[in-house]
Amino acid sequence: MTGLMIVLIILALGAIGWIVARARATRLQIEVGRLATNSRPTQHGWYVALWTTLPALAFLAVWANVMPGLVHGTVMATPAARSLPADDFSRNAVLAEAQAIASGAQAGAFNPQSLTLVDSFRAATSRYSAIGAILAAILAFAGGAYAFSRVRPAFTARSRVERVVMWTLLGASLIAIITTAGIVASLLLESLRFFSMVNPLDFLFGLKWSPQSAALGYGNENAFGAVPLFWGTVFIGAIIAMIVAIPLGLMSAIYLTQYARPETRKWMKPILEVLAGVPTVVYGYFAALTVAPALRSFASTVGIPGASSESALAAGLVMGVMIIPFVSSMADDSIAAVPQAMRDGSLAMGATTSETIRKVLIPAALPGVVGGVLLAVSRAIGETMIVVMAAGLAANLTLNPFASVTTVTTQMVQLLTGDQEFDSAKTLAAFALGLVLFVVTLLLNIVALRVVKKYREAYE
Amino acid sequence: MSSRAIPEVETVAPRVARTPTDWKGDAMRRRIAGRYGAERRFRLLGLAAVALSGGFLLFLLITMMANGLRGFTQTQIALPIDFPSSPLVIDPASLKTNPEQVLAGANLPQVIDHAAVAAFGKDGGRFMSAGAVTALRQAIIDDPDILTRKATITVPASEGVDLAAKSNGSPADEAAVARLKQAGALSTGANLSFLTLSDGTDPTVVGVWGALKGSLLTMGITLLLSFPIGVFSALYLEEYAPRNRWTDLIEVSINNLAAVPSIIFGLLGLAIFLNVAHLPRSAPLVGGMTLALMTMPVIVIAGRNAIKAVPPSIRDAARGIGASPVQVVFHHVLPLALPGILTGTIIGMARALGETAPLLMIGMRAFVASPPGGITDPATVLPVQIFLWSDEVGKGFIEKTSAAIIVLLIFLLTMNSIAIYLRNKFEKKW
Repeated sequence: MTGLMIVLIILALGAIGWIVARARATRLQIEVGRLATNSRPTQHGWYVALWTTLPALAFLAVWANVMPGLVHGTVMATPAARSLPADDFSRNAVLAEAQAIASGAQAGAFNPQSLTLVDSFRAATSRYSAIGAILAAILAFAGGAYAFSRVRPAFTARSRVERVVMWTLLGASLIAIITTAGIVASLLLESLRFFSMVNPLDFLFGLKWSPQSAALGYGNENAFGAVPLFWGTVFIGAIIAMIVAIPLGLMSAIYLTQYARPETRKWMKPILEVLAGVPTVVYGYFAALTVAPALRSFASTVGIPGASSESALAAGLVMGVMIIPFVSSMADDSIAAVPQAMRDGSLAMGATTSETIRKVLIPAALPGVVGGVLLAVSRAIGETMIVVMAAGLAANLTLNPFASVTTVTTQMVQLLTGDQEFDSAKTLAAFALGLVLFVVTLLLNIVALRVVKKYREAYE
Repeated sequence: MSSRAIPEVETVAPRVARTPTDWKGDAMRRRIAGRYGAERRFRLLGLAAVALSGGFLLFLLITMMANGLRGFTQTQIALPIDFPSSPLVIDPASLKTNPEQVLAGANLPQVIDHAAVAAFGKDGGRFMSAGAVTALRQAIIDDPDILTRKATITVPASEGVDLAAKSNGSPADEAAVARLKQAGALSTGANLSFLTLSDGTDPTVVGVWGALKGSLLTMGITLLLSFPIGVFSALYLEEYAPRNRWTDLIEVSINNLAAVPSIIFGLLGLAIFLNVAHLPRSAPLVGGMTLALMTMPVIVIAGRNAIKAVPPSIRDAARGIGASPVQVVFHHVLPLALPGILTGTIIGMARALGETAPLLMIGMRAFVASPPGGITDPATVLPVQIFLWSDEVGKGFIEKTSAAIIVLLIFLLTMNSIAIYLRNKFEKKW
């Protein structure tokens, strides 16, 4: 019997408990009259169903973690296990193989010794899962019977069930905190391990990035200087992409809110939003397949030296296009927040629409626009697939947009998709880069929100 | 400055003799024309920005279509096979009972090669794709009597011939296409097997089904986890949470998580799910859990907005007739907010479906040649498959990559259209 089957059976028992308890409570309600009952029949049903399922499922969760140890212990106590090799490594290999054969995951054995253990594994596994299933069933019946015995007119089933509901809701919202804590903890712990191998100052201010040489055993000195990565990230995400996205996004927002007729706006805005919905891997492929070769041939006809087929410009341009709808919707919101009276006042003084926009609307909306741009930058520097596919791997410190640069996210993917053991400085460097990325995007977001809050003019 | 100061200043200021503005004068007309010109230019600039953005989208879609639609076609070669004289060693009687097994062991590649050499010269075998064997096997299963006569079956052409026939290939392949065309053996058929096959090394016999199934399993896990958690969090924060430091912490966490770069979630999955919890690598289970953490804040934020939009009078009315707080929310607020929550969920799921970076971190980039059987089997997902194919050297993979992108975009567009439809249909103005 598989674990899933047991869970389903327990859930079925819970459903039966729900029906039976509800029927009994309905009958009681008819007997004593509606006003004499504390809770509605459905609430009694839920009370019994919860008592039937929750303890049994909790027990199963615990049992699933305890059972491998019990099975292991039983197998080790059999006579066949005494002849196993003494050292831990080869003994565990034999045991793992025997277990795989017993569960049907593996057909044959490399080590004939493991075949002798298969039967004891099977016997122990089936014994302990049977014990688990029986105990779970007993718990389900006991819980259900206890709860069912309490179905009385005066019983406060409602408040008890609702307490469980409230705890569930609270638990669900705590997951956000747990996730944040998990992110911070995993980034910090792995980064600390990295910084015990590499000096943090060398990492943050070093000019040479060549993790390959560290992996090849040339030592960790001067191999993990991340400045070229930071520069590449800023160059692509904060400079080139924003040169594309800010004018296009801002002007699109102005046109759509101030000039376009409502019916034009109605179908133009979703089209812009589609740009934000295209997966980044598609942008990356487009940048690598179409934009990068075109830029390269352009650069070589114009005669720019150092043109690479993986240029910063290709990645930055495409990333800028991806960010357009983001900037435009931010600008849209902050322009819409400027009161109509200011616009009307400017127009009444004889200013043209464009003068009103440039002299009145944009200055008034500026904090919102700046905040939006900061958020867009934080999004651009965390973007991965476009730069992985279109920007290069060479860590260059260059101002030439046609040359190849690499970014933080590209290197994270590069470092973690190799076949290294997890403890090498090369793998752990990805977590250090992740920590820097996390902190920087967090700061950008905080600053953006501050800017919006602090400098927003209160028009009332 | 007090209001009384103003008249004092005015009396002190010297009176300037003003000439009335000459609106009809030359300078003023020029100035007005200039201002109107600036107005027109500004307006055109705005239009150009919108057009440029829209044009870029169009250009992207057209490029993908132009490359990708070819991926749904396959150049085929009509290959005449003289079965009696072919080197096929097979017992026709045994075909009746268990054809699959018998043919699996038969020397079909040799038959193809032999027939191709006989029909198209000594390098004929190079024209056929690895899928030709599958076509031949199917032909024999469909009609075992074929073995007693000469027959012509249609088989897929090799990557080189396929490319040369569709666009331009190497000179040798172009020559081969010219020769095949002359023999009248070349045709183009729909390649529906692209939707049923999985990853492979020969671009003529790869498909997206393996990746698509991986995506569906992953999305299933993501939805199963992120939807209840997201909705419950939104309900708690919006309806029950007391105003205190803990609630603030939860809100800050959620808003913060929504802005964290997706690759960071991949690092979290790698560090916690793989290295601490020892869950299987490359599995849809881990991918789905990672993406669920990423999608959950989106659902919470959309859910809170939807719940906020339900007017307080409904809550008051329910409380007034004696409903408990839980009943108010689950019987009245939640059903009314559900369309908005669903819209947010679909948008979040669409984002998760197109997500690649976190899945690369948890190892879902392995070469997986068969569709996953369950949520713990090694699998890949559609965007990762696109990424993997885009890295392939073979030119035949370019059109397959674009074709896979078309499949992905169709899924995303469908999901987004459903979201827009739901929003328009159920959105209520109170």
